[in-house]
Amino acid sequence: MRVDLGGIRMKNPVTVASGTFGYGAEYAKLVDVTRLGAITVKGIRLQPWPGNPLPRHVEVPGGMVNAIGLQGPGVEGFARDYMPFLRTTGVPVIVNIWGTSEEEYAEVARRLSEVEGVSGLELNISCPNVKEGGNAFGTDPRAVASLVAAVRRATRLPLMPKLAPNVPDIKLFVRAAQEAGADALALINTLPAMVIDIETRRPVLANKVGGLSGPAIHPVAVKLVWEAAQVARVPLLAMGGIVGPEEAIEFLIAGASAVAVGTANFIDPTTSLRVLEGIEAYLRRHGMNAVAALTGSLL
Amino acid sequence: MMKDVTCRVIGQTPLTAGYWALDMEAPGLAEAAQPGQFVHVRVPGLEPIALRRPFSIFGTEGTTLKLLYKTVGRGTSQMNRLVPGDPVQVIGPLGNGFPLEPRGEPLLVAGGYGVAPLAFLAGRLPTKGVVLIGGRSADDVLAVTAFERLGWTVRVATEDGSLGETGLVTVPLDRELARLHEAGATPELFSCGPDGLLRAVGERAIQAGCRGWLSLDKHMVCGVGACLACVQRLRREDGTEWIGRVCRDGPVFEAREIVW
Ligand SMILES: Cc1cc2nc3c(=O)[nH]c(=O)nc-3n(C[C@H](O)[C@H](O)[C@H](O)COP(=O)(O)OP(=O)(O)OC[C@H]3O[C@@H](n4cnc5c(N)ncnc54)[C@H](O)[C@@H]3O)c2cc1C
Ligand SMILES: Cc1cc2nc3c(=O)[nH]c(=O)nc-3n(C[C@H](O)[C@H](O)[C@H](O)COP(=O)(O)O)c2cc1C
Ligand code: FES
Repeated sequence: MRVDLGGIRMKNPVTVASGTFGYGAEYAKLVDVTRLGAITVKGIRLQPWPGNPLPRHVEVPGGMVNAIGLQGPGVEGFARDYMPFLRTTGVPVIVNIWGTSEEEYAEVARRLSEVEGVSGLELNISCPNVKEGGNAFGTDPRAVASLVAAVRRATRLPLMPKLAPNVPDIKLFVRAAQEAGADALALINTLPAMVIDIETRRPVLANKVGGLSGPAIHPVAVKLVWEAAQVARVPLLAMGGIVGPEEAIEFLIAGASAVAVGTANFIDPTTSLRVLEGIEAYLRRHGMNAVAALTGSLL
Repeated sequence: MMKDVTCRVIGQTPLTAGYWALDMEAPGLAEAAQPGQFVHVRVPGLEPIALRRPFSIFGTEGTTLKLLYKTVGRGTSQMNRLVPGDPVQVIGPLGNGFPLEPRGEPLLVAGGYGVAPLAFLAGRLPTKGVVLIGGRSADDVLAVTAFERLGWTVRVATEDGSLGETGLVTVPLDRELARLHEAGATPELFSCGPDGLLRAVGERAIQAGCRGWLSLDKHMVCGVGACLACVQRLRREDGTEWIGRVCRDGPVFEAREIVW
């Protein structure tokens, strides 16, 4: 079941999606996190960040729309308060990072390179919930190339940009990111979305807009992963609407090397482990001896 | 310690219009529950994906977990369809409850379904006192006999005057506070209800120089501190502020901690 995600050595192809599993410790009483292929933590920037006002989420058919706004403890707070537990798990730790400038992304990467136990960086260039940073970088291939190159110079850790789904041609971004030095690519982030309360005629979210996640976005994600796989020379980490093994296997067939479970953690915290067991059973049933046999096996 | 347990519905009983008491068999969860803690319920029939719903623990009896809920929307309406034997996934007990060793005369202030954690608390506090229950109308006043059976004195206020005295529950609260003050006693306030009520109770606790324990109702996603949907600005004793998660750091806070 082993997978090498651009230098992140996972014992199996299943991780959790950034922002849906805290820093690993929060769910540790409900889920045996040591069984995960990797733990991906909530997005952090250089300094602590307060995030958006409430309400930060709303339930919609097939998922939810969130605008948490990347609240986080900053690099130092993360290393001090959360890494000690994460190190005890023995599981690779993928840190989701963001900033409002290339310099900030690079500085976060540089500092995390010195933190023991960090196995790779997921570059969040696709968060719809912060005004600067996030999506501002993710929707222009030249900005992506320049940003990835800048972070590449700052760290030797495996680098995995997380691509924005709301672009006309995902292949341009895949090429831009891998040519600039990405070791793997993650997709997809949430889709920009909005919900209006018709009684008050106001947006439900304090931030007005947010990101749609959950089963509703799964087919969109499958299509993007399939397209990305056609030009990708680096492994893909796929996510978007996984609620069980079936969606994860779809992603693998479409071309992903590994998968991340997001919103479904909130409903069933053990979804990631169910997905893992389901993939194992599927491989056995189809006489495949490695995840790689499934990756990109679409006929 | 929190667990994700497959509970079995024992049954549910109507209370007043729109309010229900739901009993479930919750071994391993019920025994560990403390007053003020809550559970995160995966309501069956809201598939394939619907967020869990948080509910205060109304009480426990051995391995039986009791909830009291008001039907307000999609999830609570669906809960209404539960029949004995139905399986329900429940994570709990979650959060930090009320302290059980008050320094003063306990004074409980409930608004609407906010009686749920306070009824549980009333049975566990070493000394009995007064419970003030407020609501819009008589239908929003619950658990009166439960408190009385436990030896508590109940006072009721409804906004429309359909039960007890007419007006906000803060009116009898101020009277009780004045009475305790005259008697030279220090009160200790415990409250659960809408934000407006909690704020009013908190202000009074600070004025009276006593402790006021407030249980916040915030919309939640994960319930365990992982998603940051339920945050609240808080103040430490040294005056510095921080952002807490109501699900994990609360839902009960002392009045002085909350930055409204
Ligand atoms: C710690 C805590 C304890 C609670 N205890 C009780 C209790 O003992 N009895 C009771 O009747 N209710 C309680 N509530 C409120 C209860 O969670 C909501 O009434 C319920 O989630 C509504 O779900 P719905 O699907 O019927 O409503 P909908 O409006 O259809 O729900 C849509 C979404 O909003 C959320 N939501 C709506 N209203 C609330 C609310 N007031 N608080 C939190 N989330 C909300 C739902 O969880 C859901 O995600 C408590 C809330 C919290 C945070
Ligand atoms: C509450 C919440 C918080 C999130 N926070 C982050 C984040 O900090 N950084 C990030 O790159 N993605 C974040 N995401 C996006 C997820 O990692 C994931 O890409 C997306 O939700 C799609 O997967 P899902 O449909 O399985 O949830 C967040 C999603 C949710 C629902
Ligand atoms: S509900 Fe997720 S942090 Fe509180």
